[in-house]
Amino acid sequence: MQVNGEFKPLIVAFCCNWCSYAGADLAGNNRLNYPAEVKIIRVPCSCRVNPMFILRAFQRGADGVILCGCHPGDCHYTSGNYYTRRRMALLFSMLDYLGIEKERTRVEWVSAAEGAKFAATMNDFVEKVTALGENKRLEDLRCKK
Amino acid sequence: MQEIKREDLIAKAAQLLADGTVDRVIGWKKGEFDYDVTPAVFTSKEELENEFVWNDFCGANFSKYLRKEAEKTESKAAVFLKPCDTYSFNQLLTEHKFDREKVYAVGVPCNGMLDDSKIKAAANGISSVSEENGKVAVETLYDGKITLERNEMLAERCVNCKSKKHVAYDELLGEDGEVLDSARFDEVAKIEAMSADERFAFWQNELSRCIRCNACRNICPACTCEKCVFDNPDSGVENKAIADSFEEKMFHIIRAFHVVGRCTDCGECSRVCPQNIPLHLLNRKFIKDINGFYGDYQAGAEAGSRAPIVDFTKEDLEPGEAVERGGENA
Amino acid sequence: MQRIGVFVCHCGTNIAGTIDVKAVAEALKNEPGVVFSTDYQYMCSQAGQDIIKNAIAEHKLTGIVVCSCSPRMHENTFRKTAAAAGLNSYMVEIANIREQCSWVHKEMPVGTEKAIILGKAAVAKVNLNAPLTPGESPVTKRALVIGGGIAGIQTALDIADAGFPVDIVETKPTIGGKMAQLDKTFPTLDCAACILTPKMVEVAQHENIRIFSYSEVSEIKGFVGNFDVTIKRRARYVKEDLCTGCGACTEKCPQKKVPNEFNLGMDNRRAIYIPFAQAVPKVATIDADYCTMLKTGKCGVCSKVCTAGAIDYQAKDEFVEEKYGAIVAATGFNPISMDKFDEYAYSQSKDVITSLEFERLTNAAGPTAGKLLRPSDGEHPHTIVFVQCVGSRCAACAEKGKEYCSKICCMYTAKHAMLTRDKYPDTDVYVFYIDVRTPGKAFDEFYRRAVEEYGVHYIKGMVGKVSPEGNKLKVQASDLIAGKQLHIDADLVVLAAAIEPDKSARPLATMLTASMDTNDFFTEAHPKLRPVESPTAGVFLSGTCQGPKDIPETVSQAGAAASKVIGLLAKDKLTGNPCVAHSDENMCNGCSTCGNVCPYGAITYEDKEFRMPDRTTKMRRIAVVNEAVCQGCGCCTVACMSGAMDLKGFMNKQIMAEVDAICK
Repeated sequence: MQVNGEFKPLIVAFCCNWCSYAGADLAGNNRLNYPAEVKIIRVPCSCRVNPMFILRAFQRGADGVILCGCHPGDCHYTSGNYYTRRRMALLFSMLDYLGIEKERTRVEWVSAAEGAKFAATMNDFVEKVTALGENKRLEDLRCKK
Repeated sequence: MQEIKREDLIAKAAQLLADGTVDRVIGWKKGEFDYDVTPAVFTSKEELENEFVWNDFCGANFSKYLRKEAEKTESKAAVFLKPCDTYSFNQLLTEHKFDREKVYAVGVPCNGMLDDSKIKAAANGISSVSEENGKVAVETLYDGKITLERNEMLAERCVNCKSKKHVAYDELLGEDGEVLDSARFDEVAKIEAMSADERFAFWQNELSRCIRCNACRNICPACTCEKCVFDNPDSGVENKAIADSFEEKMFHIIRAFHVVGRCTDCGECSRVCPQNIPLHLLNRKFIKDINGFYGDYQAGAEAGSRAPIVDFTKEDLEPGEAVERGGENA
Repeated sequence: MQRIGVFVCHCGTNIAGTIDVKAVAEALKNEPGVVFSTDYQYMCSQAGQDIIKNAIAEHKLTGIVVCSCSPRMHENTFRKTAAAAGLNSYMVEIANIREQCSWVHKEMPVGTEKAIILGKAAVAKVNLNAPLTPGESPVTKRALVIGGGIAGIQTALDIADAGFPVDIVETKPTIGGKMAQLDKTFPTLDCAACILTPKMVEVAQHENIRIFSYSEVSEIKGFVGNFDVTIKRRARYVKEDLCTGCGACTEKCPQKKVPNEFNLGMDNRRAIYIPFAQAVPKVATIDADYCTMLKTGKCGVCSKVCTAGAIDYQAKDEFVEEKYGAIVAATGFNPISMDKFDEYAYSQSKDVITSLEFERLTNAAGPTAGKLLRPSDGEHPHTIVFVQCVGSRCAACAEKGKEYCSKICCMYTAKHAMLTRDKYPDTDVYVFYIDVRTPGKAFDEFYRRAVEEYGVHYIKGMVGKVSPEGNKLKVQASDLIAGKQLHIDADLVVLAAAIEPDKSARPLATMLTASMDTNDFFTEAHPKLRPVESPTAGVFLSGTCQGPKDIPETVSQAGAAASKVIGLLAKDKLTGNPCVAHSDENMCNGCSTCGNVCPYGAITYEDKEFRMPDRTTKMRRIAVVNEAVCQGCGCCTVACMSGAMDLKGFMNKQIMAEVDAICK
């Protein structure tokens, strides 16, 4: 969206409850800044994230969607993030194939101890999406304000 | 031209009906025109002799019909399956979609089926299509008889046939073929080689033609949900007619994603699409990626096999790498 | 429509410092469903909680949103608050406006705007919340331990000592496992039997322990707290209750040519046998593959000599069904087969042996009564070559061996080398190794003693080939440090074979729906924090079935598994997590995709009859989630294409409502 003539992207971040959401909390505890454009949705596990949620976010006006989960091998549910990894590899490759900018989607593994990584990831992601500008290829004009 | 003759199929069907193996046979019958052959259920020799058709337009994949047909009675139904159909047959068995005991599968070799849209493009005002000395003879209202090369009229999926081998049957008519090295991913690779803008323009152009008739979904042997999420008001993603270009993208991306690892690449979606959208290129992209990322996997090649999307290894590539690799993983 | 109350916390200045809390409370007032909105300095304080309780009563709230710190801090607090006011505790949602907002954003307008959006998302979610009640299931206060080696023995003893009944199922005729076959144990060199057999006797005599020896688990149904297990008791043709273990039959049996598996086939036993003197239960067993009576009906010697009348040629396999609350896998290991390692001439020469065979050759109860003699000619070997890592750390030859380190070989080889030099100082002992790995209490000291005090020749390098020539074994090896090839004429070559999980583990894992790694070791629920639990609730792991381990590690893990079992059995009822998957049977198409991805085996399938609109009925396969087993990851919900599978508390609709609220 445009704020005072400046483009501010809208970022939806799905974070797994056990690692990444805790990592985001740790970023908070350590007062590590990242842009307020990032809004976090808590899910039990990254494998809970349905591709439909991602498309839905883009439809409603998100400019970037990022999924964060436990590092492979550390999933609270043992194997959830392995499935996430395959699903998202295939989905993102498909979105790329359809000409959707590949910088708008990302999966990042962030542990509960990686508050700094969480903040750095978000800073970087917001920067990349800002450079891309508004999401026009997966938006639904009816959802425009 | 098909190697197996219509008479052989009728004789087999009649014999199965006569000896009580089955009480009905799923086959093809003539539609309004020579090229729109439709699926039908036959219960007697007379019906078979009068209406049964076996020619170059018998493209319909019967696997999905089995689901409803096998449920109808306790008795067995016979079905004719071309090699590509047997993959769907196995995939449906993997997903417990019909009772194997209620089906008698007769494998029939296939030399490829013709694409009526290609013939229509080459001939105006078609009154009949037949086969003559290995070529396609078209009688037209305006230009008389036109003879076309069979190879040039083959459906895309048959040009790029992946297998002439039957992976499931109770009985096989004729000789079984081999799994082929097809060039089926070339078209996908071509799109991958485009720039992101070109790809977007390509798909925007293709998908914006979608009229959401749902033919692709209804014919698809992998689309077997009791209720499709797109029809279900409770799903939160219900949508019907075209309202915004996003809707087609959502529908086709999610549909393709829902059949990942389950799509056997039978090509029925593109065959039935009234708008000629190359939907198989979405499915093939996933198949190509699966092969490239996780090793070759052919859905339906083996009943009960575990698709890569419901499996993993600890060393799988990261989604970021998958996108970076893009088209380089042929 | 819900009646939602919104409670915005200042958290002192933690939140209020960068967020205009009054503006947040005001903005959220206008959200659909919100009937009450307020702010307070510390919502988690008693006074703050009272504000919530009073508002629930006064405004007849059906759901609440607390805009405060992370739900990881106080979600439970506010759930209890809600419950105390008579509201279902799952009607509470937290908007994290501290850790994920006020603490990471500096400017008041930016923070306030984001806090409002996070609040809206929480309100949107609560609008779709439904009351959830955790399921309860009873606990059968009995444990099953599968495997009767030192791991199973220790686990069973610890559970039994805590007062719970335990059954041990062991496939062999006796418990004891691999440890019973060992001679001495590193690094203290006390005799394995001396420390193991008292434990075996304790098991036999424990009032809370039953031993099902010569038995196997044939079926497991149920879930945590409520397993139904069928145990197959193989016919041993000897009545356990009558046999006194006198051994008369084992001396008189005319069938003397049965390879003795306890001595790894290096000598023979009879067709009726007791594996070793201290076997528990000390009961004879007839080997049906060799018994003349059972094969031809002609013999019956054992029956004649048995004064107790314990022999029963008519015995059949029996099946015992029992209920258990917890199951411990303790299926142990075996050395890998040496078939694929022909370069060491294992199949060509009797004098190339594995380390476990070496244990038997040096064991006083072994085939040579403890004298180290060559299997081929019974001569004393003067040059012995030990080869380490045979099939271990074999990344390049994965089809031959194992990628992992077997962990115990370095230490037992040091032990073998040391003991050999100690007993037979005239023997030259060479050890070829990749690395010597001695992490453990007093381990490195032990290895150094072997080198420094006992003069064992440790050579870094691998043996390339062993060729039998005459009565010698020509060993070709490389010395990587000296950078040269070595040729040694050895009398005996001992291979430190890699260890692998017992073959029974894989089918057991399938029955338990417990996950395994690619090497068939059981996977733990968390590699660091839950190392003795399987991801499958109620299934615990003891000993080498989870990974290579030495005896002290096995015993401590066995005790840890026991304490987890005791913790479970001490409960009368299990309260589940109500945020579990649920399948809508009307939409489910029974495709089995969800079951494929469930890490807990919580999903089963059944055929159910449905009434159709035309009044006929139709059988359809549908998925059923066992709520006691489901842990609520939600993996199945994405695998499910029809959307029949959903996750309570994190429903598709709820997450999409959050997405919509954020993107609005």
